[in-house]
Amino acid sequence: MKLGLSWLREHVTLPATVTASELDSALTDLGIEVEHIVDQRESVRGELVVGRVLTIEELKEFKKPIRFVTLDIGRSAPQEVICGATNFAEGDLVVVILPGGVLPGGFEVGSRKTYGRVSNGMICSARELGISDEHAGIIVLDPSVEAKPGDDARPVVGLDDIGLTLEITPDRGYQMSVRGVARELAHAYKQKFSDPGFGPRTEGTKKPAYPVSIEDTAGCDRFAARMVRGVDPKAVTPDFMRRRLTTAGIRVLGLPIDITNYVMLELGQPMHAFDADRLKGGLVVRRAKEGEKLTTLDGVQRTLAAEDMVICDDTGPISLAAVMGGTTSEVEPTTVNVLFEAAHWDPAMVGRTARRHKLFSEAAKRWERGVDRNLCLVAIERAVNLLVEHGGGKAGAEVLDLNHPQQPTMISMAADKPTKLIGVDYSVDRIADILTEVGCDVAAYDDRVDVIPPSWRPDLRQPADLVEEVVRLDGFAKVPSVLPIAPPGNGLTPQQRRRRSVGRTLAEQGYVEVITFPFVSASMMDTLSVPSPAVRLANPLSEEEPFMRTSLLPGLLGALKRNLGRGNRDVALYEQGLVFLPAEGAVAPPVMGVAGRPEETLWDKANEAVPRQPLMAAAVLTGEAERSGWWGQGRAASWADAVQAARDVLAAASVPAADIEVTQLVSEPFHPGRCAQISVAGRPVGRAGELHPAVCAALDLPRGTSAMEIELDAVPLPAVTPPPKFSGYPPALIDVALILPSSVPAAEVERALTEGAGDLLESVRLFDVYAGKGIEDGKRSLAYSLTFRAPDRTLKVEEAVAARDAAVAVAAQRFGAVLRGA
Amino acid sequence: MSYDPKSPEALSPEALKGYAADAATAFSAAANLKALQELKPAHLGDRSPIALARREIGTLPPAAKADSGKRLNEARTEIQAAYDARLAELEAEEQERVLREEQVDVTLPWDRRPRGARHPLTTLMERVGDLFVGMGYEVAEGPELELEWANFDALNIAPDHPARGLMDTFWASEGLVLRTHTSPVQARTMLMRQPPIYIVVPGKVYRSDEFDATHSPVFHQVEGLVVDKGITMAHLKGTLDHFARAMFGANAKTRWRPHYFPFTEPSAEFDVWFEAHRDGPQWVEWGGCGMVHPNVLRACGIDPEVYSGFAFGMGIDRTLMFRNGVSDMRDMFEGDVRFTRAFGMEVQ
Repeated sequence: MKLGLSWLREHVTLPATVTASELDSALTDLGIEVEHIVDQRESVRGELVVGRVLTIEELKEFKKPIRFVTLDIGRSAPQEVICGATNFAEGDLVVVILPGGVLPGGFEVGSRKTYGRVSNGMICSARELGISDEHAGIIVLDPSVEAKPGDDARPVVGLDDIGLTLEITPDRGYQMSVRGVARELAHAYKQKFSDPGFGPRTEGTKKPAYPVSIEDTAGCDRFAARMVRGVDPKAVTPDFMRRRLTTAGIRVLGLPIDITNYVMLELGQPMHAFDADRLKGGLVVRRAKEGEKLTTLDGVQRTLAAEDMVICDDTGPISLAAVMGGTTSEVEPTTVNVLFEAAHWDPAMVGRTARRHKLFSEAAKRWERGVDRNLCLVAIERAVNLLVEHGGGKAGAEVLDLNHPQQPTMISMAADKPTKLIGVDYSVDRIADILTEVGCDVAAYDDRVDVIPPSWRPDLRQPADLVEEVVRLDGFAKVPSVLPIAPPGNGLTPQQRRRRSVGRTLAEQGYVEVITFPFVSASMMDTLSVPSPAVRLANPLSEEEPFMRTSLLPGLLGALKRNLGRGNRDVALYEQGLVFLPAEGAVAPPVMGVAGRPEETLWDKANEAVPRQPLMAAAVLTGEAERSGWWGQGRAASWADAVQAARDVLAAASVPAADIEVTQLVSEPFHPGRCAQISVAGRPVGRAGELHPAVCAALDLPRGTSAMEIELDAVPLPAVTPPPKFSGYPPALIDVALILPSSVPAAEVERALTEGAGDLLESVRLFDVYAGKGIEDGKRSLAYSLTFRAPDRTLKVEEAVAARDAAVAVAAQRFGAVLRGA
Repeated sequence: MSYDPKSPEALSPEALKGYAADAATAFSAAANLKALQELKPAHLGDRSPIALARREIGTLPPAAKADSGKRLNEARTEIQAAYDARLAELEAEEQERVLREEQVDVTLPWDRRPRGARHPLTTLMERVGDLFVGMGYEVAEGPELELEWANFDALNIAPDHPARGLMDTFWASEGLVLRTHTSPVQARTMLMRQPPIYIVVPGKVYRSDEFDATHSPVFHQVEGLVVDKGITMAHLKGTLDHFARAMFGANAKTRWRPHYFPFTEPSAEFDVWFEAHRDGPQWVEWGGCGMVHPNVLRACGIDPEVYSGFAFGMGIDRTLMFRNGVSDMRDMFEGDVRFTRAFGMEVQ
């Protein structure tokens, strides 16, 4: 909302010296955000004076008309100025900026030679001064202004004001007016406030100003109207009104409409002006019929919904109530009989209507935030008086006031409530004073205050609302800083600690964390064969990517590709985040109220409707996992890194090595021969491996790009770590090389050896894999180091050999393994 | 066996001195360990003059034996000492040579394994979590795809509140939204348990904003909630001031402006005094706060006549932006490794 300080000064006495920055902090401290504040006195710098045109010499040798003008600016010699405008004559009073002055936007005016003459300054247009967009000619002052040549022109053209652009919070409709802001400034400056909301009014008469009936008093609980007849259609909007509307960003549209807007700005009461001669019969205020049509003032034909309120005449809807008028009844340049309307509408209805029709008019903004229902008659009176004064005509004797008032509710607040909630010691008197200051009727007792909020404060509903007014006016600066003592907490949860460990581990292994958007396209889901169905957003940012991720891989691979595109090579990325897995056959959550805690069963049912959102950890990598360099050859990133990353994640999650199982898996989008399923204690928790070459090609990623993804939430939390058992006796080390069919997975061989070797086996480690010369086709040699150790003695060689033989025997029996070289 | 006495002169003091002097000269002339080893038998071996002289002792009359024996031993000790000294010298030289030869260029780069890093938003959220955990709070979490009820209704955001419109909220299906703030976790926590509640909620939130330098449809908030007996706005102020000092230095403080939030009453926005701002010390808008609205307490089954509470929240992304001078929000979400790497394992 934009306002000039001069208008506010009409209702509150402020020091003449008040500065923009003082105003800014005063309003900010009261909860009004000052978006922008301009001291217009400083917007034009240097000498801006009134000048009287003495002579005009038309210079004809140029393509466009150019005038050489001499001006009386109150000095001994006339000022000579070149001017490109022609809308003035000798004897006119104009506004001149003298050399050395600076116009808004930083344009410096100097003495300069132009069109063959020396121009000592510039005659200004309204746009050049930043007053309005008017640029058809220069400003010619009304002969009646009290100004003589040489006077400072700023007050004459309205450049003596401070312009405020304010952001009003949605709970404080009353502040969307000169009335409301002046009231706040009165609080800030502790000055008297003359409330225009209690200005003159004429009570409703028995005979209506116009026949009106309200069919739905829930949507409209008050409707006031009065006629002005015989208005001069040629009457123009007075300068002060024009200027104030322009400052507020409201277009000047003709006197009657301008008056309704002016009164809205001044009081906060949105109004409407009908051309009485264009109305057909009496007016009916009712809900629209579903599908009814109305063309609003903006020229848009709107299809109405059953909840919208409309004002109708015999022809049907003529106004979308509270939001925007219709074309068939609006005031026109020929209008002579004007019917002013000021009503009171249901804020919730207006809000919904405005959103439904995407019509956030100035009126709708105010209705939605709440309008004082007692303003109707004052606003009508103000509008009628303004029209009679500036447009001639005669006010109708009849005043319509259909009023269905509601009893104001009293709020009873314990006297110590503000102190208890804020931590500042407020006396009952202080509380009563503040609440009275904001307009409440207050009855103060020792233990409580009984408060009836003023009609312009529908936001005051319960004690907490009153407490806010107390602390707001008393000042947040007075609230002390006290640290509360929390009861002992339990620290991070195991899941939270695990998430951190996993992240640190992956980062230590060279992976760089990214945070990607969870929005996925259908084609990406398809390419990566991620779990489906996915949650689809009703209003995605991009129709291309309407789905919520069911895997972290789409985002990670996108980031990988972006890195490669930017010339980053050897990229390894990881992410931890939620994925969204809709339950099959899910239904919408039940409706729950807010009056109290929802019933357990209802709450459970609601949560069943929420898709499962497990925490995942995933990584992707490409390029070299170990770089080549002066030390020699590097190592390309491969499926093995991905599998290792999965193992690292599980190790960081404290999963015992014995519980981790890696098995061969054929699964999209992985290479059919290079994909591992990762299981913990028999339950699959993720996959790792090299991406399918076709997938790499489709995503334009290098072949060999590898990935892993683990559902962290599926990994069981670790039990208390048991103590390790280890022996101080010397180990017996025996190597064995086994020849087996290549199809036997190494993990299975290892398991067989472990089982066969028995308790004496301390560790088994694969140290070589060989196939080729000397080994039959289809077979390979796996060489293991076996470490045996007894807990209570030094092992004899025979014992170790016997255990080794037992181990090999199991491998032989299960897979036909034979000792190499045996 | 016959014995043929040769030259008892070999045991004369002059002769013994000569052996020692010869050996010392020879040893010190040895250029290296090998040469020294080669000289050793000639002066200390079985056939060295000193060894041969020892044989002559038996030919001496018994009275002279002791005297000569003593002199001989002294000479031998002298020779051995000369040998040992030279050996030590040469070994030290050898050691030095080996070390000199083993010298490498330690300035050679070793970037064999690319460096990993953690995202600064992650570590900043952890840091906030740790601060509050240290004060006895717990870190609470909740779903990102959330019940409309928890995201709006329970937080006193009436069905007609503009925030529910299509402008801000991503809608999934009837009754389900991508949470627009971390506040639904407040509701969930209050439903799960009774006060005292001291929680902090870091997490991801969603608004349907276009992605540009200062907006992102996905961003992060951290939110605090305290519900207990006797909680006042002064406690809120103390908590935020402490938080500000932990994040922005010992001289940080907060400044409040009245504001409106549906879920708190009274409500305020607050600025933080940030001395190390790259554009000089200044107040920076940081977040919103207030006393938990009685309607919110009621919707979550907590009696506002018995308990009161405060809540606060701020954007983590925004905090990172002004605290660390990140100027473009897109850098946080595009995944360029150069961005994350710059922050290492912990954002400082």
